[in-house]
Amino acid sequence: MRALLFALLLAPSLALAVGRPSEMLPDPAAEARAQAIGRELRCMVCQNQSIEDSEADLARDLRRLVRERVAEGDSNTAVRDYVHARYGDFVLLRPPFNWVTAPLWALPAVLLGLGALVLLRMRRRLATRGGPTPLTDEERARLAALEKEP
Amino acid sequence: MSEAKSPLSRRAILWAPLGLAAAGGVGFWAMLRGMRDGSYDPRGVPSALLGKPAPRMALPPVEGIELPTIAPEMLASPGMPVLVNFWASWCVPCVVEHPQLVALQRRGVRILGINYKDKPADAARFLVRHGNPFQALAADAEGRAGIEYGLYGVPETYLLDRQGIIRWRWAGPMMPDTLSAELDPLLRRHA
Repeated sequence: MRALLFALLLAPSLALAVGRPSEMLPDPAAEARAQAIGRELRCMVCQNQSIEDSEADLARDLRRLVRERVAEGDSNTAVRDYVHARYGDFVLLRPPFNWVTAPLWALPAVLLGLGALVLLRMRRRLATRGGPTPLTDEERARLAALEKEP
Repeated sequence: MSEAKSPLSRRAILWAPLGLAAAGGVGFWAMLRGMRDGSYDPRGVPSALLGKPAPRMALPPVEGIELPTIAPEMLASPGMPVLVNFWASWCVPCVVEHPQLVALQRRGVRILGINYKDKPADAARFLVRHGNPFQALAADAEGRAGIEYGLYGVPETYLLDRQGIIRWRWAGPMMPDTLSAELDPLLRRHA
């Protein structure tokens, strides 16, 4: 009875693991490399998951492809470039820098620059206006009289 | 702020956010309109292969179907615009698309089929039932050809020009208005 309960408790975790171990490369270092590459590649049909996280068919095909390339001795960039050449910029979870993505990367710097410009202009305007005008002799005399009063 | 400039700049401060919001609104409205009439797809990503030669890998024919497989020469420089169509018998949108393929074939358009992750017997039954628009048919049991083309899913169609360069990709079923609005002008241009 207890064994059955235990088996039932284990069943879901077994179900989740199905398919994965068979996909893995026997060499742990190569498998780690394949996973590192896979985590940088977007699953094109689920869009906000990497191919390592997704159970979609296409993600599984790409995982297998990445592992084949790694097993054949391709470098990480070579594997990434292979997928990038076929699926375009969108497959890379880290957007590359090119003329399409330049505005995206430049925007924070542009906004910061604009803010600095506004601050600078405000300060300059304060500076040109100068401090308060000095008191006239008449006003100074009145002030002195006021201060003398108890 | 000097006294003379004050009313103008104050008005600018008042109107700037309104103007910004209005511009944003117009942009958003244009996006929604585009989504409704199909000219804008927020999830659509242009194929990375546009302007590049079609991948040429050797693929086996589909067993039990009397059609030759796709030979590399058919893709290299076909001399006329050619469609490469990924499909599968298990794919419901492919059933929806199929009459358009048959109509294109009747008009003399050359269509090369790639049967994606399918069982040959099911594929054969599909073609008997819905008609065969393909001049050649290759089997992509593992989905490898799909990856070479940067395929998302089935159906998906690629237009190759006379030199075998990919000019157009359509993800999803081609409907009659896809043909009239998108494909026919391209076929005329590349004929």
